[in-house]
Amino acid sequence: MYRSHVLVCGGTGCTSSNSLAIIEALEAEIAKKGLQDEVKVVRTGCFGLCALGPIMIVYPEGSFYSQVQVSDVPEIVEEHLLKGRLVKRLLYDETVTMDDVKSLQETDFYKKQHRVALRNCGVIDPENIEEYIAFDGYMALAKCLKEYTPAEVIQIVKDSGLRGRGGGGFPTGLKWSFTAANEADQKYVVCNADEGDPGAFMDRSVLEGDPHCIVEAMAICGYATGASEGYVYVRAEYPIAVKRLKIAIEQAREYGLLGKNIFDSGFDFDLHVRLGAGAFVCGEETALMTSIEGNRGEPRPRPPYPAVKGLFGKPTTENNVETFANIPQIILKGADWFASMGTEKSKGTKVFALGGKIKNTGLVEIPMGTTLREIIEEIGGGIPNGKKFKAAQTGGPSGGCIPASLMDTPIDYDNLTAIGCMMGSGGLIVMDEDNCMVDIAKFFLNFTVDESCGKCTPCRVGTKRLLEMLDKITSGKAAMEDLDRLEDLCNYIKANSLCGLGQTAPNPVLATLKFFREEYVAHVRDKHCPAGVCKALTTYSIDADKCRGCTACARKCPADAISGKVKEVHTIDITKCIKCGVCMETCKFGAVVKR
Amino acid sequence: MLKKISTIPFKGTPEQAKKLEAVIAECKGDKSLLMHVMQEAQEIYGYLPYEVQIMIAEGMDVPLEKVYGVSTFYAQFSLSPKGENNISVCLGTACYVKGSQLILDKISEVLGIEPGECTEDGNFSLEACRCIGACGLAPVLTVNDEVYGKITEDDVPGILAKYQV
Repeated sequence: MYRSHVLVCGGTGCTSSNSLAIIEALEAEIAKKGLQDEVKVVRTGCFGLCALGPIMIVYPEGSFYSQVQVSDVPEIVEEHLLKGRLVKRLLYDETVTMDDVKSLQETDFYKKQHRVALRNCGVIDPENIEEYIAFDGYMALAKCLKEYTPAEVIQIVKDSGLRGRGGGGFPTGLKWSFTAANEADQKYVVCNADEGDPGAFMDRSVLEGDPHCIVEAMAICGYATGASEGYVYVRAEYPIAVKRLKIAIEQAREYGLLGKNIFDSGFDFDLHVRLGAGAFVCGEETALMTSIEGNRGEPRPRPPYPAVKGLFGKPTTENNVETFANIPQIILKGADWFASMGTEKSKGTKVFALGGKIKNTGLVEIPMGTTLREIIEEIGGGIPNGKKFKAAQTGGPSGGCIPASLMDTPIDYDNLTAIGCMMGSGGLIVMDEDNCMVDIAKFFLNFTVDESCGKCTPCRVGTKRLLEMLDKITSGKAAMEDLDRLEDLCNYIKANSLCGLGQTAPNPVLATLKFFREEYVAHVRDKHCPAGVCKALTTYSIDADKCRGCTACARKCPADAISGKVKEVHTIDITKCIKCGVCMETCKFGAVVKR
Repeated sequence: MLKKISTIPFKGTPEQAKKLEAVIAECKGDKSLLMHVMQEAQEIYGYLPYEVQIMIAEGMDVPLEKVYGVSTFYAQFSLSPKGENNISVCLGTACYVKGSQLILDKISEVLGIEPGECTEDGNFSLEACRCIGACGLAPVLTVNDEVYGKITEDDVPGILAKYQV
């Protein structure tokens, strides 16, 4: 028995800010003080509040230390672990009140959250199966094998109302029942962990923080649908997730929780891991299966659907990581419990990855139906530097954006679709007044042009033409009728592409056109970028009233575009100016104006 | 996206060939493991020149055209060698809205190479990558396996200096 546990985040975010060195230093310092039999250091998965990493929590007190440095370790050990005095300067400031220390659950970031998929992330050591088992791990699998028929398991999942968390929102129970209905000598379960949406990292966090729950859920799915083999397709860019998943599978095999005759039930199930190689289109289910088979990851026309003819031509059920992460809890706590959370047609919770211009970047899990305003202002802590909220981008390159006027929309699948947006995998990137929406649309198109697999023409050629049109707009060469052509081409690509990538690729353009048309018009008609992002449309000038004639800007200008003598007002020669912005950064008096 | 194909002569060693042969021997029976073999080969050689692709095609008994097709489809496979130090700037959405393009431009300017290229002395190569999942630290870049988060343009010279020979 240990009197104290120190949990240090070992997720990708905190590892990148050196949490592993902190763990080493902690262990060394604890040994130095002779506390190694009293205090245990645990490397966990992600706590969610990545902005404040590296993060450390000390139990039983639950003290939440943020932005810990290796040099802070001796003080924490000496003061907190040895003498029982909190190191106040390192506590997360939201937990510190005038005369008291609040628990983490009372802070704005955590209090509205409800953790189902992320329940074990930041709680257990992901590389230790016994910790997972201690938190009811593999109980759901045992319950299925011992108490329920496969049809009953599917019914529970159906009744829970769980829908696919990868973006499509297809009812999971229904998907399982399709595969179950097909007779075959071999069926497969596939977990889609090819989290390609840039800015979304919940699947990575689940795999890093709680890999066993995916192993368990896939076994449950195998039992329900009649599959004896499963594949997890993970991005190669997630080395920590891959490593922990492989360890989890190995441990589950040792404990007889994977393999032959699991729990003496006669049910066999085993898992394989396959690494992706950086192709966004492989997040599409048929492309992913083609890739597992060792080919170029090009999508296939549907039908036949994977439930009929999927991986290696056999009936296959494919779900995303977050979808699977909900399954064990649904089995243990019941369909009614899960269905009691969320909105009428979107049950349960959803994990969002908050990023961009927001104070608390990180992972949050909230009941469906929470409004964007609650997410951004309360949980996210608002926009830094006193800037104004402009839009939130959801659904990545396939999604749209939510403008400030719709901030009170309860977020669920159907509401987002209704406003021309989509849930996507849950990336939520916040943008402020300094972001140009045309530039953002262009950014996503750049992405899809790169990632289009080239199989079908509307997507391969169409997205390229879209990008060229956007280029024309941001360089001030477009005419007003180009905006209509832009919209026509978007609709054409949507209607005629083969797979989800092409069908959704125009969404970022359509959504920004819908909500921020005036920005497009400003670029086209007034040759002006209101946010000052598009270089071709920005000009720098010097405000004569503020300029003190200090020559600082003229000296820094790489293009010699600023003329000005000491104590005389300077001017910028716009024919020479390369719009690098150095003068603006250099000026101490705020005299350089960008327009 | 067109891949840059290197014209630098192939300098594989017998030790490397031996390692690759061992991987192939283990995976030979299952053609769906082609990508896995290619990933291992890239780990061994640093990139996938034609010479290595031919070894894989013959070893796995698949047409060379298929190996080439797979290697050009996936962003991870490189047909040119990387520098001693590979700099990868994240252009995922979270990093992009926080200005990672400016950082990429700055590095490109300082090193005098475009993304996808290698410096003449072979010390640095530069690439843009999609999300590495450390969005909480945006903007992010990696040099080899080292991650640098919350960087500004001003941090660039200091970071590069650490790897300068």
